[in-house]
Amino acid sequence: MLRLMDRLNPQVLRILALLAVLVAVILFFAAVVPNYLNGRLFNRVSSSVAIMALIATAQTLVIITRNIDLSIGSTVGFVAFATGSLITNNPDLGPVVLVLYAMALGAVFGAINGLLVAFARVPSIIVTLGTMALFRSALVEYSDSKSISTANLPEWLVSFPNTVLWQWGQMQFRAAFVAAVVVVLIVHVALSRLRAARRLYAIGSNPEAAEMAGIDTRKTVFVAFVLAGALAGLGGFMFLARFGTITVVAGLGFELKSVAAAVVGGVNIFGGSGTVIGALIGAILVDLIDTSLVRWQMVSEFWREAVLGILILLSVAADALLMRRLVAARAAREHRKAEERIARELAAQAQGPAP
Amino acid sequence: MTLLARLKSWEGFLLAALVAIIIANATLSPQFLTLSNQINLFQLSIEKIIVALIMTFIIINAEIDLSVGSMMGLAACAFGFLFASGVPAGLACLLVLLIGALGGALNGLFIAWVGLPSLVVTLATLIGFRGLARVLVEDRGITGFPDWFDALGQRGLVGDIPLALILFAGLFVLFHIVLAHSGFGRKTYLIGNNREVAAFAGIDTARHKLILFTLSGLVAALAGLLFAARVGAVRGDVANGFELDIITMVLLGGVSIFGGRGSLVGTLLAVLIVLNLRNGMALLNITGHIQTGVIGILLIASVIAPRIDPGALLRRRAGRAEEGPTG
Repeated sequence: MLRLMDRLNPQVLRILALLAVLVAVILFFAAVVPNYLNGRLFNRVSSSVAIMALIATAQTLVIITRNIDLSIGSTVGFVAFATGSLITNNPDLGPVVLVLYAMALGAVFGAINGLLVAFARVPSIIVTLGTMALFRSALVEYSDSKSISTANLPEWLVSFPNTVLWQWGQMQFRAAFVAAVVVVLIVHVALSRLRAARRLYAIGSNPEAAEMAGIDTRKTVFVAFVLAGALAGLGGFMFLARFGTITVVAGLGFELKSVAAAVVGGVNIFGGSGTVIGALIGAILVDLIDTSLVRWQMVSEFWREAVLGILILLSVAADALLMRRLVAARAAREHRKAEERIARELAAQAQGPAP
Repeated sequence: MTLLARLKSWEGFLLAALVAIIIANATLSPQFLTLSNQINLFQLSIEKIIVALIMTFIIINAEIDLSVGSMMGLAACAFGFLFASGVPAGLACLLVLLIGALGGALNGLFIAWVGLPSLVVTLATLIGFRGLARVLVEDRGITGFPDWFDALGQRGLVGDIPLALILFAGLFVLFHIVLAHSGFGRKTYLIGNNREVAAFAGIDTARHKLILFTLSGLVAALAGLLFAARVGAVRGDVANGFELDIITMVLLGGVSIFGGRGSLVGTLLAVLIVLNLRNGMALLNITGHIQTGVIGILLIASVIAPRIDPGALLRRRAGRAEEGPTG
């Protein structure tokens, strides 16, 4: 089994393992919750995961470069509020302008983080701990103790997340979820195919080596933060569309939830490895468990968070132990090969040199 | 270290900043320097600053504990739950401290023995401990604790000085002696500087980390009990988000996020600065969220500022001028 596994790409292996866990969780709840497997479950999870999928993707971009963005929840909150206030005051604005506004605003916040991390060389955990508070207080100041309400938003915006694009039985593929998945797929293809994006991994796995290989680490880390900010801005737009009512606490706690989704999705917290598909599945897994525990009669719904904490711990521990064994198995194979080669060479020498 | 060198260090800078803030506050309000305001100033954040003491050890050790806020919540809720189920309050306190130590040891086991990053482990237990707190009290609020328990949190124990402040002072002195003048403290720095080197030097790094995280859980549980006593009631969201405030104070005190550097004196000065600054801003009618924003700016500035060395800039310029003709 282990020999088969170490021939697969570890990233592919991780995603397969995650999918297996996802199926196991679904089967488990299907067995204990009556009438569990239906379209409504899919609709519920897919609607709520759309926002977190984007934010976890943004967080993954930053984590891959061996950084972290704790300000992401405040960015989502600010963008949701500012976008809501823009459309409230100018109801005629079109969707494209609004989405671009949200992403640009998020990118500005990302650029502030990026400047401080990449150019002022302040550790990202300190920078984003500071900007988390800063962006949140900017929101409080900007909001002037008002809030955005659904009544003042245009019809197209409020109905967007629940628009059914196509239906398969009871399962509805709604616009917000489809849009989020498309964005994640685009980022995934870019991360795995673009030379520029591979630099993120190079920096994350070894910053010194990346620098020596001629990669402009400052620029790359800066760009990672800007992109993460733009994606968080898009998340803010989705947040506005889904909830409509935005107060100063919007997006509170998203920073740690997004890190949790990424980590469950197999993104290495020390950078250098991980995929946004993994982060997406991580976000789905977390959301699925959250939604399903509410419906499980056996345990009180208050167990949700406790179970979630245990799940994160176990999934990370299992991942680390498995990877360690894989690395060991791989090293052992290389060692065996080298020994065989030396033995062959020695045998060839013993037969005497060719004339 | 000579007195002059100490004054030029980060701690010296913090001290100067603190004096400036205190003078500014004292001019703003004549009430500021009264004993009752000074005690009140501590009381409002006393639980956070007690946890900041042990967090200093953890970060110097090149680890982090994000679960302290949730552990404070779990401790407070566990106390409420035990008390409501008829356990005498004194026994409940002891059980809660045991829960804290066990929770901390759980973090420590995964970090030290399984070898997982503390950021991930304590993020998971941040969610998990908070979840357990919610399981215990659900959406109720528990109140009606015995008078002696509430009094410990709310009234002065020695004169006007409450128990929590005495505990803070006592723990500060004890922890400072341990960190600065004991083998355990030196090991904390050494492991934080370079874990492999420490291991080669024969230090049981796993055991050291296990002890630190167990202590962190224990101190957080103590802080949670103090919170329950001060407020006189517990709810599922007690101390939610405190971890980030606590870490901010420690980092502001000059403790390196990469480990190996920092001191409890720095943490104490940062704590005093944050408390006085918040108090001063409150006197100016600046709201809590904006206060937090100001602390956020301070945190980032605290890392950038020490690197700006005017002397080095001048020397570099002089060096370039010398190189000029030859190059």
